[in-house]
Amino acid sequence: MSQGQYVALAYGVVFVFVLLWVAIIAAKLARLERETDELANLARERSVDG
Amino acid sequence: MSSLTLYASDVAALMRKDLRLELRARDTLPAMLLFVLSTLVVFHFALPTGTSDDAAYGLLWIAIVFTALLGLARAWAPEREGGALDGLVLAPCDRSAIWLGKTLAVFVFLTAAELVALPAFALFFAPVDLVAIAGVVLASVGICAVGSLLAAMAAASRGREVILPLLFLPLAIPLIVGGVGAGISPQGATYLSFLALYDLIFAILAWATFEYVITE
Amino acid sequence: MSSRNNLPVLAFATTALLGIAVVLALLVAPEDVDQGVSQRIFYFHVPIALTAYLCFGLGAWKALRLLSVGGERRDLESYTWIHQGTIFGALTLITGSIWAKASWGVWWSWGSNQLVLFLVLFLFYCAYFMLRFSVDEGARRERICAVYALFGVALIPVSFFAIRLASDFIHPTVFTREGPQMTGTMFGSFLVCWAGITLLAYVMYRIELVGKRTDANLRELREALS
Repeated sequence: MSQGQYVALAYGVVFVFVLLWVAIIAAKLARLERETDELANLARERSVDG
Repeated sequence: MSSLTLYASDVAALMRKDLRLELRARDTLPAMLLFVLSTLVVFHFALPTGTSDDAAYGLLWIAIVFTALLGLARAWAPEREGGALDGLVLAPCDRSAIWLGKTLAVFVFLTAAELVALPAFALFFAPVDLVAIAGVVLASVGICAVGSLLAAMAAASRGREVILPLLFLPLAIPLIVGGVGAGISPQGATYLSFLALYDLIFAILAWATFEYVITE
Repeated sequence: MSSRNNLPVLAFATTALLGIAVVLALLVAPEDVDQGVSQRIFYFHVPIALTAYLCFGLGAWKALRLLSVGGERRDLESYTWIHQGTIFGALTLITGSIWAKASWGVWWSWGSNQLVLFLVLFLFYCAYFMLRFSVDEGARRERICAVYALFGVALIPVSFFAIRLASDFIHPTVFTREGPQMTGTMFGSFLVCWAGITLLAYVMYRIELVGKRTDANLRELREALS
């Protein structure tokens, strides 16, 4: 590998790390949305009953 | 001045309690002694011929650190099993005295193991000089000071014995550097002062933060 | 609390800054006379390392505040800063290793004190997460993690000296890198990269913190509703 390719590799790894982090946060966001929906339904049932 | 003597007597009482418990139960100390001897014998078979004395000395430190871990894993067992830790925490003594008492007790056990390990090492591998012994003593202080606090943290975890080496080894690296350097380097004194610095910094830190670790 | 949420602005600013930084580092800055193209890795590697130190320091600061003042908020903040520090620490090791390969032909050198220091710290902070996940949630876990975070920052200078001392008798094949005789453009580019990376860490911290706080709030809500 040439020197220039190593530079590209180094910057590329940083880029990939940040993208990986974004993907993990996106997954967490999806889970939080699901949980909020569940709780909203629970609250709705509560207000219907009560 | 009387609060200081009160503190000292608390520490002494706690240390004596641990020593007496071990004298009666005899489960940790014999294990440590046998472990360190066995490890040294294993090293002979693990080291290829022509290995320098310096390399063997490095392995001595591995033996010491892992023997210490063996002792530290059991350090808080009496309190945990007897449910005594809550009682100690409620006792009117300073929480840091609990840490200091335990550290001193573990130091006694570790020193006993080293009194076996060093002559055995001198017999099996290479002689050990005064600077090296000073290094062992200073490093042991650091091992016990940091180790007893980390062992208290590990006692609170579900992973118990497994987590203690993970917590301890990164913090033990400077001690190993200091100990090995004191033994093999011509400027042994530099390594001794480094060990003293480590002991000072981390003993103060452990002394100050222990109460936060054990209170519920 | 979020009526004046500056997070989107910060995120856009980070993107812009890092975009400029990459252009400066790869295209504008002059090539180093001694090291050639591989020196350009320095523009990201060093800011990432400095940012990792900053994150660990902030994690310890929040931990200290937790112990002295208290509050669940500070536990999450300390935890998140240490998480960022570990991420950037891992990146330091990876980019440092690539730079080592480019400069010296080896992926790892025990003679590179900076790399060795980060390896020790990386091990230490990985153990932080193991500790955190093995203790039951509660005030005691917060305090234990805070104490461990404080030990971490104490370890940084001590390890640094230990590794320096160790090189005396470990006799590694020491590779030296001529410290770049930085021209004004090079230094300016470095500063922009440093600012961009630091801002990136901060934005990542803020986003993660929102996630963790929301998690905690949702758990409370769930308990209240069921």
